[in-house]
Amino acid sequence: MNNTTALSNHMPKAALPEKGKNKRERKFTRKSIASDFKRHKFIYLMALPGILFFILFSYLPMGGLLMSFQEYKPKLGILGSPFIGLTNFKDFFSSIFFARTVGNTLAISLLELAITFPVTIIFALLLNEIKNIKFKRTVQTISYMPYFISMVVIAGIIIDFCSSRGAITQIVSFFTGSTQNLLSVPEYWRPIYIISGLWQGLGFGSIIYIAALASVDQELYEAAQIDGANRWKQTLHITLPGISATVIIMLILKVGTMLSVGYEKTILLYNSQIYETADIISSYVYRKGLLEFNYGYSTAVSLFNSVINFILLVVTNYLSNKYSETSLF
Amino acid sequence: MLKKKTKPRIVFESFNYAFFILMIGACILPIWHVVCASFSDAAWVMGQAGIIYYIKGFNVEGYKLVFENAKIWSGYLNTIVYVIATTSIGMLITLMMAYMVSRKNLLWANTIMLLVSFTMLFNGGLISSYIINTKVLNLYDSRWAIILPGCINAFYLILIRTAMTSIPRELEESAKLDGAGHMTVLFRIILPLIKATLATVILYYVIMQWNSWFPASIYIRSINKFPLQLVLKEILITGDTSTSVNSLSATTGDAAMYKQLIKYCTIVVSTVPIFIFYPFIQKYFESGVMIGAVKG
Repeated sequence: MNNTTALSNHMPKAALPEKGKNKRERKFTRKSIASDFKRHKFIYLMALPGILFFILFSYLPMGGLLMSFQEYKPKLGILGSPFIGLTNFKDFFSSIFFARTVGNTLAISLLELAITFPVTIIFALLLNEIKNIKFKRTVQTISYMPYFISMVVIAGIIIDFCSSRGAITQIVSFFTGSTQNLLSVPEYWRPIYIISGLWQGLGFGSIIYIAALASVDQELYEAAQIDGANRWKQTLHITLPGISATVIIMLILKVGTMLSVGYEKTILLYNSQIYETADIISSYVYRKGLLEFNYGYSTAVSLFNSVINFILLVVTNYLSNKYSETSLF
Repeated sequence: MLKKKTKPRIVFESFNYAFFILMIGACILPIWHVVCASFSDAAWVMGQAGIIYYIKGFNVEGYKLVFENAKIWSGYLNTIVYVIATTSIGMLITLMMAYMVSRKNLLWANTIMLLVSFTMLFNGGLISSYIINTKVLNLYDSRWAIILPGCINAFYLILIRTAMTSIPRELEESAKLDGAGHMTVLFRIILPLIKATLATVILYYVIMQWNSWFPASIYIRSINKFPLQLVLKEILITGDTSTSVNSLSATTGDAAMYKQLIKYCTIVVSTVPIFIFYPFIQKYFESGVMIGAVKG
């Protein structure tokens, strides 16, 4: 059985040259380059705008990372600002914000890994057991919906629900007796973040597993039934192995992006009262760079983050490739 | 194959159905709350704690105030401009580039694809992009700052490229024999064959740009260029309902009361288009996530 999963085609793998196949080595000699350009001039011309976009909006900013080694002054520009070596990095590592932002980012990611990740799989598995097609479609339609609501609206609803008269505050006050605005209590930030994330993303996140479940060979179930395996045994021995490749790929992706928690929801909702749990690396970069104009320093923090992300992704991918023969790229 | 269900199975299924009914409830409840509140009496909404699950004193005062707000209108208009511009420019350049990287016989196709894929793993980050876009490309307070960076995306390019590579080469070769150029092949032969993927990518573009507020919040200063979501952010998060409330306070003198109502109404007004289009587009984003699943 071919174990190609729903996701593998989305990933950079699809972009890489197919190994083995098409092995007539094309060499980059001066002659071959010239004749290639001559023959396919028009095709290259067609791709030019796209390439230009990638250069301007992806590769130029990579060059801009030079700022992290500078005391960047907007007046002097990237080429004219004085280089100060690793000072920006040292400043970050020795500040209290280093442990705080890295810790908070990790905490959010680990909670997502421990809660959101399995809950999404369980959601898909349970939905797979629903045999009434109409009901199943209804559940899917409704549970995907929140994913398309904008983050601003979601944040607006969260603020409303967590305000002193809000629905969630009412429930919490039942246990604690206080109707304090939940967004001003550091302890509540992570539950709010995770639960609202589940509300918005659970249905949509399950699509990938539902697709994988649909591609499990139905004959296997029939054979198992004849052998007398009950539904639970079937789940354990057919369903789970059938979707394991997808699960592993999603796991690599999750672990590999451990330190890249997006800033949008955080900067819409947090405030200085709850920085100690809410401030993550990306929101810190945003605040330092765009609100306090500390460009060089914030670029250094952001570069540190990108490099760690890159290493994490490559390492998890390598390990997974080695031990389970499943990989992203 | 009909079989008698065992007892544990029946128990499980009842629990399962109950669980999903609760799930649906939990998904809808916050939206229901907002909709009900938006049509209710402002004073009553103000005094209410917890979920509002019915409409009390039906009226559309809040909506009147929202629609009197010129910022909402210009926000709507700007968002539509941004959506159309990003989607059309983005699709055009992505298609043309995908056409190139989908050809195995080009010397540079794989190299370029590698460089493109690399941008998915590593990027310059927020601050560096901001400095490049404002200081080097001079896009500060320009509508292009919202449109251009959103145009190209490695993920979309890969989606389209994958669809293109699955088309048999014979098709375009026969078209070439009939004298068709590359543009004709791309737009007349290939496009109709990858419609499903295109619809998915267009959908991603539209949703992304419709919901986008962050780039505008850092690049745009002039209010007349604000997209809807940024106007919304000022009303919902920053709590700035001034324009609509000021016109009101003169007549009723109770601005705070309406502030809450206006928030609910703006949420509805800005989200309704998504909900109207949602049923039509649902099958496309599902197929988008599942492209490639067929191979399994």
